[in-house]
Amino acid sequence: MNTLLLALRQLRREWRSGELAVLIAALVVAVAALSSVGFFTDRVRTLVEQRAGESLAADLVVSSRNEIPEEYAALAMDNGLDVARTLTFPSVVRTDERSQLAEIRAATAKYPLRGKLRVSDEAYGAVRQVDGLPPNGEAWVEPRLLGALGIRVGDTVSVGRKTFTVTQVLDYVPDQGFSFAEIAPMLLVPRGALEGSGLLGPASRVNHRLLMSGNQDAVATVKSTLEDRLESGQRLLDIRDGRPEMARAVERADRFLNLAALVAVLLAGIAIAMAARRYAERETDTVAIMKCLGSSRRGVLLAYLAQLLILAVGAGALGLAIGYGAQEVLVYLLRDWVGQDLPAAGPDSAPMSLALGLIILAGFGMPPVLALSRTAPIRVLRRDLGGAPVSSRVIYFVAILSVAALLIVQTGDLELSGYVLGATAGGAVLLAAGAAALIFGLGRLRSGVGVAWRFGVASIVRRGRNSIIQVVAFGLGLLVLLLLAVVRTDLLESWQAMLPEKAPNHFLINIQPDQTDGVKQFFTDNGLEEPQLQGMVRARLTHIDGTSLEEIDFEPEGMSRRFAEREQNLSWGSELAGTNSIVAGEWYSEEDHGKPLVSLEEEAAERLGVGLGAKLTYNIAGEELVATVDNIRHIDWDSFQPNFFMKFPPGVMEVYPATYITSLYLPDEKAPLLLDLVQEYPSVTVIDLDAIIAQVRDVMDQAALAVEYVFLFTLVAGVLVLLAAVQASRDERRFESAMLRTLGASKRTVFAGVTAEFFLLGLLSSLLAVIGSAGAGWALATQVFELEFRPSMELWLIGLVLGTLWVGATGVLATRKVVKQPPLMTLRK
Amino acid sequence: MVDTLGKQVSSPEGNLTILDGVSFTVARGESVAIVGASGSGKSTLLGLMAGLDVPSSGDVSIAGQALGELDEDGRAALRADRVGFVFQSFHLLPALTALENVMLPLELAEAANPRQRAEKVLEEVGLGERTGHYPNQLSGGEQQRVAIARAFATEPEILFADEPTGSLDTRTGDTIIDLLFDLNRSRGTTLVLVTHDDRLADRCDRVLSLDAGRLETAA
Repeated sequence: MNTLLLALRQLRREWRSGELAVLIAALVVAVAALSSVGFFTDRVRTLVEQRAGESLAADLVVSSRNEIPEEYAALAMDNGLDVARTLTFPSVVRTDERSQLAEIRAATAKYPLRGKLRVSDEAYGAVRQVDGLPPNGEAWVEPRLLGALGIRVGDTVSVGRKTFTVTQVLDYVPDQGFSFAEIAPMLLVPRGALEGSGLLGPASRVNHRLLMSGNQDAVATVKSTLEDRLESGQRLLDIRDGRPEMARAVERADRFLNLAALVAVLLAGIAIAMAARRYAERETDTVAIMKCLGSSRRGVLLAYLAQLLILAVGAGALGLAIGYGAQEVLVYLLRDWVGQDLPAAGPDSAPMSLALGLIILAGFGMPPVLALSRTAPIRVLRRDLGGAPVSSRVIYFVAILSVAALLIVQTGDLELSGYVLGATAGGAVLLAAGAAALIFGLGRLRSGVGVAWRFGVASIVRRGRNSIIQVVAFGLGLLVLLLLAVVRTDLLESWQAMLPEKAPNHFLINIQPDQTDGVKQFFTDNGLEEPQLQGMVRARLTHIDGTSLEEIDFEPEGMSRRFAEREQNLSWGSELAGTNSIVAGEWYSEEDHGKPLVSLEEEAAERLGVGLGAKLTYNIAGEELVATVDNIRHIDWDSFQPNFFMKFPPGVMEVYPATYITSLYLPDEKAPLLLDLVQEYPSVTVIDLDAIIAQVRDVMDQAALAVEYVFLFTLVAGVLVLLAAVQASRDERRFESAMLRTLGASKRTVFAGVTAEFFLLGLLSSLLAVIGSAGAGWALATQVFELEFRPSMELWLIGLVLGTLWVGATGVLATRKVVKQPPLMTLRK
Repeated sequence: MVDTLGKQVSSPEGNLTILDGVSFTVARGESVAIVGASGSGKSTLLGLMAGLDVPSSGDVSIAGQALGELDEDGRAALRADRVGFVFQSFHLLPALTALENVMLPLELAEAANPRQRAEKVLEEVGLGERTGHYPNQLSGGEQQRVAIARAFATEPEILFADEPTGSLDTRTGDTIIDLLFDLNRSRGTTLVLVTHDDRLADRCDRVLSLDAGRLETAA
């Protein structure tokens, strides 16, 4: 209790003197930066996930061939989730003259729960977003159905025993299918409209879906409950089971946001370290007096630990409030970009931010304060004795340890943490070494230039060690900011490279063997490139290494078994596709042609639990084929090219009944051609990828935008670190400039000296940061994100110029008042 | 020359007069001690004489130059050229070595060969062997000798000293007083010092006594 009182009294005194403001500000800024990033990334992350969640039109879906029990929906509603149901099945749509196989979808109100339907008044007309579904008696259809049937909006079509008037053309349905299974053009009607159609009999191939969405926690609860209750034939899907490229986009966005948040954490740590060091230095005399008056080492220790704790809690709470406000203001300012419906900030990140603030304070701030207790009382007599400066090695060790802990807690990713930590430690060492070399070199530039410059340089050189610390602090901040920009640019550019302007935007599937020449001809006749057709054969896997699938324990059971048991599309070819690379074995040579060999995609091999040499038994149209796994491929799924999990050499599959598939790029103005194609080849199904690509781009843009916002936060945090550094040297600078003025320096000279000092520091820092970020960026891009590293000279130049200006201008602004110190102060001190 | 110098500051109790109509002249090469009780206005007078502060009334001129005609930077330039300082608590810049501290005013005055000149003065004050030491590695007497070396390095016409022995023991104080007056004599520097130390005041050519902002003795 005494200790607490003492701590409080000391804090009050320090608070009154205003000297504690630096440490408190650093701590507040640290927690504010951390929590604003936390709150904001939390919200943006939720948004990104929700957008990615559009691929299911829900957060969670139960899919089944049979009616989904009412109790599932009740469970979801009890947990506060929104619920909708869809029925999807293939059926023939007829007019008086023609008929076309279509995908009939009947949905209940509220569908889609995630994303919006987009429609137009005519095929390929102006698109608008709509809420709600077609009224009873009406149907909305995809444009290729209009083409196939030769009808227009306003005409009627029959489905089973029901007749519908087509009133809108569907442009975008969030959960549009995206597999290479047959996808017929969609016809959308309200759920009730199918009663009495005669299409929902027991033999119909209906896919029932229960769509659920809402609060994340509730979704998680319902998901885990349903997982236990699922019956055979029922599947539970969430966005990660959805389209693989969507899941990857979310995963990448998540990593980037975490990385961005960590930048703020590191900068905050630096600010705390500076402020704590100054605090400890200032307190040394007090401790000497306390000890002189009989205070024990333990008493001193407890008093200061208590002070730290009080500071941490108080400043932490204030930081949280500011952080919350900061992200709210930012969200408000950026509402046009992040949208009106950014989900509310969850409370989850608040205790986390506070805890992280404590860890930072302990890691960066504790060592010098703990060392205070070792102060010898002799200091009251001789100020040059008895100080207990803590070894820098201890500070760095503890700080690195706490940063490592933070990284792992924040990212939950050891590999990423390792790279960031390695880059940081390497960066700090590199920066310190580089700074030492440059500062040593600067010393030689002192003579022969103006007096202000000489003072700026002298100020850096004469405070060699302090200058190195500052360059490392500024440089490290710049380094991580640049690193983020390097990696971000890299990501966007790689994505743009993967989705070039002429990325395939249409898939043609179900091309019959006798239609291949005609389809190729169709495109060349219309002045387009001849499409490359890829054959595929339907098959089922029955045995692995002679053991039937039923007897195999798959890992993980559900997902892998589904993969093994589903219908496989087997393809063949002599060339390895450009978007594929071999990870085990070798691609087929000419001698392999005609042999029953199969090349597996790596994830497929993992799901099936097989490696090279495994024997896979297929049932193809009633015939058995045993194939040996010859090589394993990695597929770049983001390419929008037709890719196959299982690919054979030429000379094996050709004997089986096959259909052909191709992807092609069709400029907008040529899109109506597809109507003609479908008229000519009614069995060919056209999949319009434009909408899907746009959706992927949209998600990527959202993610990139989120990273940039977070980047702004870390930029602010960086400025604050610099302010903390200037704050920490304020007394010294105040005294120095008063002294210089007393000794006859003009105000301009003092100011010019400070300007030279900070711009030089900025130049050194950014030069070193550019070098460091290039190295770390390369490692991150190639080792973690598996993207090609694209060095960006432009970015580095911008970093160099802006970094110098940033440090220079901030330093000058922050010291402006200090250099105005009247010289009379030297007599008053 | 100090001409009817006055200084008022505002305080919670209204305007406070710190100096009131103080006038005197100091001849070139003369040494003058300003003595008086605490709060009598000694340091304020010193600050005004050196142009560190501006008077409420009256003016100070140094070598014929009225300080009132100069702006802040003009006064700073005048200090760089003609004025030296010694303080009670030495006021060495802690980040700089002894040599660098002495070089500082030379660099500010853009003097030639600042290093050589600084080394020479440090040798004169007996610290030729300790030029690379930082202030916290020096004793109080040594620090004050560095401060004196710094003050004399630019060979100022006038040197202001504020309680130069105030932080030193008697013996060290005596050494410092000797050093100060030796340099004063050998270089013909005018010396104006504020002190409580009678031994120091006694060594001066003249003693000015201040009482509540008024000059009592102008002997």
